[in-house]
Amino acid sequence: MTVQGPEITTPAPVPAGPAGPAAEITPAADPDARARRGRTSRRTRRGRMDGKIPWRTALRKDWQLYSLVVLPLIFFAVFRYTPMLGNVIAFRKFRAGGNIFGEEWVGFRYVEMFLSDPTFWMVFRNTLVIGALTLLFCFPLPIVLALLLNELRSRVFKRFVQSVSYLPHFLSIVIIAGMLFQLLSLEGTVNQVVTALGGDAVPFLQRPEWFRAVYVSSEVWQTVGWGTILYLAALTTVDESLYEAARIDGANRWKQTWHITLPGIRPTMVTLLILNIGTFMAVGFEKVLLLYNPLTYPTADVISTYLYRVGLVSNNFSYAAAIGLFESIIGLTLILSANAISKRAVGASLW
Amino acid sequence: MVTTVETSAGPLPARTGSLLRETRGYRVFRAFNVVALLGVVAVTLYPFLMIIARSFSSDTAIRSGQVNIWPVGFNLTTYQLVMNDAMFWTNYKNTVIYTVVATAIALVLTTCYAYVISKHHLRGRSVLIGIAVFTMFFNGGLIPNYVLITSLGLKNSLWAIVLPNAISVFNLLVMKAFFENLPLELEEAAQIDGLGTYRILWKIVIPLSKAVIATMLLFYAVSFWNSWFAAFLYMDKSELFPVTVYLRNLIAGSSTAQSTGAAAADVAQVSANIQSVTMVLTVLPILCVYPFVQRYFVSGVMLGSVKG
Repeated sequence: MTVQGPEITTPAPVPAGPAGPAAEITPAADPDARARRGRTSRRTRRGRMDGKIPWRTALRKDWQLYSLVVLPLIFFAVFRYTPMLGNVIAFRKFRAGGNIFGEEWVGFRYVEMFLSDPTFWMVFRNTLVIGALTLLFCFPLPIVLALLLNELRSRVFKRFVQSVSYLPHFLSIVIIAGMLFQLLSLEGTVNQVVTALGGDAVPFLQRPEWFRAVYVSSEVWQTVGWGTILYLAALTTVDESLYEAARIDGANRWKQTWHITLPGIRPTMVTLLILNIGTFMAVGFEKVLLLYNPLTYPTADVISTYLYRVGLVSNNFSYAAAIGLFESIIGLTLILSANAISKRAVGASLW
Repeated sequence: MVTTVETSAGPLPARTGSLLRETRGYRVFRAFNVVALLGVVAVTLYPFLMIIARSFSSDTAIRSGQVNIWPVGFNLTTYQLVMNDAMFWTNYKNTVIYTVVATAIALVLTTCYAYVISKHHLRGRSVLIGIAVFTMFFNGGLIPNYVLITSLGLKNSLWAIVLPNAISVFNLLVMKAFFENLPLELEEAAQIDGLGTYRILWKIVIPLSKAVIATMLLFYAVSFWNSWFAAFLYMDKSELFPVTVYLRNLIAGSSTAQSTGAAAADVAQVSANIQSVTMVLTVLPILCVYPFVQRYFVSGVMLGSVKG
């Protein structure tokens, strides 16, 4: 597949943000589009229309194209945007089986409720800690692995390591949980190593102090290989002549890596960092749900698992929706600000 | 080990250019690098080997901690046991059905939408893109989704799994990028020949896009095959579960047994090899196709990252 030079660093043509759906891509922001649009747009460009065909003409000319998006738009409306609006039950009384948008306004009652709920603050802290640890390990390690792979001379061996390291990405989270239960059980491999080194077997998944280590290390196992793909692609685009020049200047391998390779893949790093920050709050809900138990709640319980229990196990829908909305808004804020900061600081951004 | 790998390498320096005198430090580093990467391979493969070994091992051997990567007390009775469980097969069949139906619907919807938003001349195109992309960064959340699915009466039906995940925006953007890179001339020529949009899409674009469609098919199929939470949430009857939920219940059963103490420990231990067998059977289809389709997955990711 073709990968176009340094452009690989921009994963999505994203005119998003809260204003996303309404915002038009300006020609300046999307030079490719302008180039590719070719004759048609120039012909229609006139006066205040800014290159836009009037709706009536567009519909008559392209009605077949528009008809193709009808079903997908229904999908987005029903299964994506309706739940977004459904969040109003965070501010309304909700009766199971009743209106999905709730029955009557109750204001900020549920928000005040969770803000004064000590369990909420515990799961909030857990979410931040697990999210931060995941970012700390799962963001840089793929870069390291990609750099190591890049130093290999044997293509066969390189491809072999890559193929193997991608594999965990394709496993169901249920399988990963099953593997962890067996690896970490009292007679499992990890405890065999512990006892061989003279320690006592530890029931890791019953111990709150171990949960974060288990979570983060399994996350690394699962994601590190797959995470190298974009870096490896970016590495192939680094200009060969820069290395040549550096060698002439007497830079050793390490200096070449530090001064040429890393700056060369910086846009990719920034993009992936933004994306990672965007998913910061959405720590692996399914994995935590599969791995935790009441003994490990003090460190394992995160916002999403807490609201799952509050909402769907105890049927406090509005209360749980309020927590969920809070979580989504933080997530959105994080990605918007990460993007804005990186746009300012390094000139790279998602949109 | 290091040397065998190195000799199989041939003269292919990672960075070409003058084959300069390597410093001793760099030679040491390269040896270390090979060892480190072999370590990565070992750590990655270990859990797979352990599960396979355990699936062929006896209860007693697992219970006494003898089974790591080699079966002890080799037997096939656990496989027979699991395969004789009618519920396992029902659930396995469900997984196949859900995966096929969901993948088919997802492919159709994604292709249509991606094709339309790849048309740069289209009025309202950026609005359509925005509608899709915004859902990547903000979603309704668990509770409103649950309320919606329940009120639509989709509980205990296949549609609760299929419909809410009918379009993955990531896949959509991958396809859009692919369509944008197709040569416009072919479609223009077809248009001049009087073909309408539907027939252009069907007769020209789709045959040209087999590679990306195959990639999307794999992405969707794997994600539906592996999914469990939607079924766990919306299915009350065990005969409707996919195999992932079957497996989840085995694992959850044993983990509660572990935390409730020694009395239930037997149950937990016995199920270790049953769990392993179920895991092997669940992951088997993926492992079987993986070596052949891996490059499609990688190309999909690359394509998705190309600015479109």
